[in-house]
Amino acid sequence: MGVAVARGRAGHLFIYPISFLASAAIALTAGASLLHPPIDAPSAILPIGLPWLEAHFRIDALSAYFLVVVNILAAIVAIFAVGYGRHEEEPHRVLPIYPVFVAGMNLVLLSDDAFSFLVAWEFMSLSSWLLVLATQREPGTSQAAAAYVYLVMAAIGGIALLLAFGVLAGVAGDYSFAAIRTASRGQAATAAAILLTLLGAGSKAGLVPLHAWLPLAHPAAPSHVSALMSGAMTKVALYAILRVLFDLTVGAPGEPSGGAGWWPGLILIFLGGLSAVMGALYALLESDLKKLLAYSTVENVGIVALGLGLALVFRASGLAGLATLALGAALLHAFNHALLKGLLFCGAGAVIEATGERDIERLGGLIRRLPATSACFLIGAAGLSALPPLNGFVSEWLTFQAILGGTQLSLWELKFAVVVAGAVLALAAALAAAVFLRAFGIGFLGRPRSAAAAVAIEGAPSMRVALCLFAALCFLLGAVPLLVLRLADPVSQRLFAQPLALSAGSTWLWLVPFSTGVSSYSGVVLLAALVGLAFVVILAVHHFAGRRLRRGPAWDCGFPDPRPETQYSASSFAQPLRRVFGTSLFRVREHVDMAAPGEMAASRLLVVTRDLAWDWLYRPIAFAVDGLASRLNLLQFLTIRRYLSLMFMALALLLIVVAVLQ
Amino acid sequence: MGNLPYDVAHLLGTSVLVLSFGLLFQRRILGVLNIFGVQAGFLAAAAAWQAHIQHAPHLYITAAIALVFKAIVIPLALRRIVFRLRIHRTVETVLGVGPTMIAGVGLVGLSVILVLPLTHQSVALTRDDLALALSIVLLGLLMMITRRNAVTQVVGFMSLENGLILAAVGVAGMPLVVEMSVAFSVMVAFIIFGIFFFHIRDRFDTLDLQSLESFRGERS
Amino acid sequence: MNGAGLQLLQFLLVLLLAPGLTGLVRKTKARLTGRRGPGLLQPYRDLIRLLRKEAVIAENASWLFRFAPYLTFTALWLAAALIPTFAQRLPLSPIADLIALVALIGLGRFAMALAGLDIGTAFGGIGSSREVMVAALAEPAMLLVIFTLALLLGTTSLPDIAGYLATTNVGLRVSLGLGLVALVIVAIAENARVPVDNPATHLELTMIHEAMILEYSGRHLAMMEAASMVKLLLFVSLIACLFAPWGMALGEPTAASAAIGIAVYIGKLILAGLVLALFETSIAKMRVFRVGEFLATALLLGLLAVVFLFVSKGL
Repeated sequence: MGVAVARGRAGHLFIYPISFLASAAIALTAGASLLHPPIDAPSAILPIGLPWLEAHFRIDALSAYFLVVVNILAAIVAIFAVGYGRHEEEPHRVLPIYPVFVAGMNLVLLSDDAFSFLVAWEFMSLSSWLLVLATQREPGTSQAAAAYVYLVMAAIGGIALLLAFGVLAGVAGDYSFAAIRTASRGQAATAAAILLTLLGAGSKAGLVPLHAWLPLAHPAAPSHVSALMSGAMTKVALYAILRVLFDLTVGAPGEPSGGAGWWPGLILIFLGGLSAVMGALYALLESDLKKLLAYSTVENVGIVALGLGLALVFRASGLAGLATLALGAALLHAFNHALLKGLLFCGAGAVIEATGERDIERLGGLIRRLPATSACFLIGAAGLSALPPLNGFVSEWLTFQAILGGTQLSLWELKFAVVVAGAVLALAAALAAAVFLRAFGIGFLGRPRSAAAAVAIEGAPSMRVALCLFAALCFLLGAVPLLVLRLADPVSQRLFAQPLALSAGSTWLWLVPFSTGVSSYSGVVLLAALVGLAFVVILAVHHFAGRRLRRGPAWDCGFPDPRPETQYSASSFAQPLRRVFGTSLFRVREHVDMAAPGEMAASRLLVVTRDLAWDWLYRPIAFAVDGLASRLNLLQFLTIRRYLSLMFMALALLLIVVAVLQ
Repeated sequence: MGNLPYDVAHLLGTSVLVLSFGLLFQRRILGVLNIFGVQAGFLAAAAAWQAHIQHAPHLYITAAIALVFKAIVIPLALRRIVFRLRIHRTVETVLGVGPTMIAGVGLVGLSVILVLPLTHQSVALTRDDLALALSIVLLGLLMMITRRNAVTQVVGFMSLENGLILAAVGVAGMPLVVEMSVAFSVMVAFIIFGIFFFHIRDRFDTLDLQSLESFRGERS
Repeated sequence: MNGAGLQLLQFLLVLLLAPGLTGLVRKTKARLTGRRGPGLLQPYRDLIRLLRKEAVIAENASWLFRFAPYLTFTALWLAAALIPTFAQRLPLSPIADLIALVALIGLGRFAMALAGLDIGTAFGGIGSSREVMVAALAEPAMLLVIFTLALLLGTTSLPDIAGYLATTNVGLRVSLGLGLVALVIVAIAENARVPVDNPATHLELTMIHEAMILEYSGRHLAMMEAASMVKLLLFVSLIACLFAPWGMALGEPTAASAAIGIAVYIGKLILAGLVLALFETSIAKMRVFRVGEFLATALLLGLLAVVFLFVSKGL
C-alpha cells in the first residue's frame, strides 16, 4: 500500500498522518497499561513464523514504558514529516519503508521470545539501512560508505545478539522469554550472554568504541528518520540491554541480588562514562549539524548507560533503593533525550530544508529568518545542555544523586568507580553545554555566512507545530517530572519488586530522591520563580529606564566590518577547547599556511583530527579480516585433486574424533 | 572527628603530596628548585610534628636534616650549578597538563587502594601516612620519566626520597641510623650528579638527554 | 519573622550589597596600587547612570540580544537568593540544591555567551569561546567540590550543610581545605578576576567577560553589569556558607539573631573583598591558554579532595 501511494505526489500526506494515528494509539495504550497495570500481563501467541516456534508477544511494564517513549516520539515526528516530506525528491525511497521501520521498533519491544525479537530487530536494522540509502544519488559517495559501515555493524550486532540468545536459551532450545527466565545456566554462560548482548545492543545504541557507524549513518538519512534513529532506535537497543541484564539473567524477580554480580555494571559504567565524554568532545570538533547531533546522541546514550550500570552495581551490592533511583534516572533520561533529540533533528531538518546547507559554518542569522524554528531549537539546545528548568537537567540531577549514594557501597573498586563516574559525568555535562552553545550560536545567531542562509524562509506549518509540541513537552516534563516517574514506577516494580523510592517521596511539586534533608528540587517553583522574577525585573527596569531603543551599526570597538567572514566560525569557537583537550586525545594538529607579506592570497588553516577508535579498533580488525579473507581466498582456486584431498582429510579427522570419544 | 594531631599530620603530608603535583607541572628549572625546597620544608614540619606526637626526640634530628640539607643547602647548590651551566632559562616541554593530571590522580588512587585494605588493622595515622608516602614515591618516579633535563630528573629522584622519609617518620619506632644513611646517600648522589653534569656539559655542550641519545648511535 | 518576609529580605539584601562589594574591591585595589580610586558607592551611581542612558543596539540584533541581560540577571539573582547568608532556613532554598545552583549559574552564563554571539562580531566570538573554555573546566571542578561535601556530610542541600558545619566540629579536614582552594580558584575564574581575566581591560587579547558584553549599552549594560556584581556576591556567599557558616541565624530566626546574622554576613563580605583585592594586585594575569592549566589545578584539587575523603574517613 505504501509503495502504491508513494508514487503519487501527495503520498506523504497519507502515510504520515496514518503513522501518527497509529503511534499515538499505541502510546496511549501503553501509557494506560502502565498506569493501571493488569494483574498478569497477557501474552499473545501468534502462529506466525517457523512451524515449531510460535511468535510470542507481550506487553509488560518494561516494554510498555519504551513503547510510550518510542511512540510519542514517532507520533510527533510523523506530524513533522507531513510538512517535511513535501519536498522529498524521491518519496518512493522513503515512504514505504518508514512505516516498516516504526513497526519494526514496536515489534522488538512487544516480542516475548527470542525468535520474534531477532526478526523484528533485523526488520528495524534493514529498514533503517534502506532509509539511510534513500538520499544517495550516485555510488561511491560518502552516503554509500556510511550505509556500508552501518550494514557491517548491524550485521555484527545481529550475530552477537543471536549468539547471546542462543546461549541464554541453552541446549533445551526453548526461545520464549518465560522459559529463558527460569532456565538454569552456569556462570560462564551468563557471562558470555551478557558480553554478547553488550556487544550487539551496545553497538546499536552507540556506546564507544562501537559507535563509529552512528555519526556516519544517522546524518545520512532524511532528518525525520534521523530523529527516529537517534531518539527511538537507540532506546530500543537500551531496552535490549535492560531486558537481558535486568530481566532475563536474573533468577526470580524479587531476588535482591540476583544476576551475574557487579562486573556487568562496572563495564556499563566504564563504557557509559567514556561515551559521554568522547561523544561530547567529538561533537565539539564537528561542524556538520547532523553529525554534531549524532555525536551528542552518543554522549546521552552514555549517560543512560551510566545510570543502568549504577543500577546493576547497586543491585548486586544489595542496595535496592539506590538501584531503583539509578534506574529511574536512566529511564527518565532516555525519555528526555528522545524528546530533545527528536526536537533537534527535526529542527535541523527544517533548517536544511529552508537553506539547503548542513554545515553550520555556512549558516547564521537564522534567528531572524526562521524565528519559530530557532526558538524551538534553542529550547532543545538548552535542554541537552542540562539547564534548569528544562527536562534535560532533571534526569542529569537524578543521575548525580544516584552517584552520590555510592558511598554506601562496600567494595573499594566500586566506590572509586562511582566517584570517577561522577567526575566524568560532570565533565561531559559541561562539554555538552559548550557543544550546543556553539551549534546554536554559530548556526543561528550572528550574520548569515552564505547566500542561502540570508534568504531562508520557514517551511510548512506542520513542521513548526511539531517543533512547538516538542518544546512544550520539554517544559512540561522539566516542571513536573513526576508524570514520567509515575510511568517508570511499574518498571521498577517489575525489575526490582519495589516501586521507585524516588517517586514515593515526591509530589508534583517536589522531587525528593532520598529525603528533604538530603536534597530536593522543584521544577514548578523554579520555573515560576524565574518567570516571575524576570517579569518583575523587566517591569521595574522599564519603569525606571523607559522602553526606548535606538538601532545603529554594530560597535565592534569602532571598526565594524560588514563582511560576514569576520565573525567567529565554528572551528574558531572550538579552538580553545580543541587546544585543551584535542592535542592529546585526538592528535589534533593545526597547520597555518600564511601567505607571504605583501601577497594577496588567502591564508589557510588546516585542522587535522583523528578518531582514535578508528585507528585502534576498526582499522586493525579490518586489516585482520582482510588478511584472513585473502588467505582463505586461495581456497577458491584449488585443483580438483586438492579439493578431494581436503574432503578426505576432513573425513579422516572426524573419524578420529569419533574413535577417540568412544 | 576533631582529632587535632591526626588532622595536622594529615595536612602536612597532603601538602607534600600537592607539591609533588606542582613539581610535575612546573616548567622552569628555577621554579622546580623552589617547589622542591618548599616541599622539603613541609617534610621537615611533618617530621617535627610526628616527633611531637610520638614523643620520639630523634625524629627532631630527622626534621632538622630535612630542613637544612634538603630545603636549603641542596636547592641553593643546584641553583648555583644551574646558573653556572647557564641553563636557568630553559623551559622544557613536559607531558601535557591533562595526561599528567590523570596519571597523577590515578597513581594516588592506586596507592590508596593498595595500602588501605592491607593495613586496616593498624592505627589510622600510620595507614594514611603510608598511603600518602607511596603516592609521593610514585609521583617522583613519574616525574623522573617525564622529564628530559638531567637536573629535573635528579629533583624527581629527591622528591621520591622525600616520600620515603615521610613513610619512615610515619611509622613509630624507626631507628635513626636509617635516617642518617638516607641523608648521606642523598649527599653522595648529589656530589656524583654534580660531577656528571660538568662532564656531560663539557663533553656535549648540552644536558638534554634526548640529544644525548643520538650519540649512542641507536636512533637519531 | 515569617518566611516570605525573610525571603524578601534576602532578595533585597543580595541586590543592594552586590554593587557595594564590587565598589569595595575596586577601592581597595586602587589604594593598594597607590591611587585614590573611585568612591565606595560608585558602582551604584554607575548603574543608575546606565539605566538613564539610551539603549543603542546593532541593526541586526535579535530578540535574544534584548532578552539575554534580563535572563542572566534573573538567573543569577535567584541563585544568590537561594544561598543562606544571614539566616539558615530560607523558604525558597529547597527548590534547588547545590547541583541545581551550579546549573542555574550555568543558565546565566549560557544566556550571556549567546548574547555575545548574536551580533556577529569577532569580539563577541572571542568572549564566548573563551568563556566556554573556562566553564568547561570550572564546572566540573565545582561539582567535584560539591561531591566532596556531599560525601562528607551526606547532603547537597545548602541549609543542611551550613547547619551541620556551623554546629559540629568537623576538625581540620584536609578534604575541606583542598575543596576550599579549588572553590576559590573556580570563583576567580567564573567572576572574570585576575589572573583569569582582567575586569577593567578592553584589550582584545585579554578580554573574556568584557568581550561578551561589548555591544550592550544603556539599561541592557546596566543589567549585565549588575549580573556580574551579583555573581561575585553569589560566589563569596557560597564560599562563606560552605566553609565559614558561623554567625548565621540557625533554625527559626528572631529579629535579634537575624540582625546579628546580617552584621556577620557584611563582615564576611568586607573580609572577602579585601582578600580578593589583595590577591588581584599581587599576581599578574595569565595567558589565556595557561588558564586551562590553572583550572586543571582546581579540578585536580577537587579530585584529590574526594580521594582523601576516602582515605581519612576510612570508608
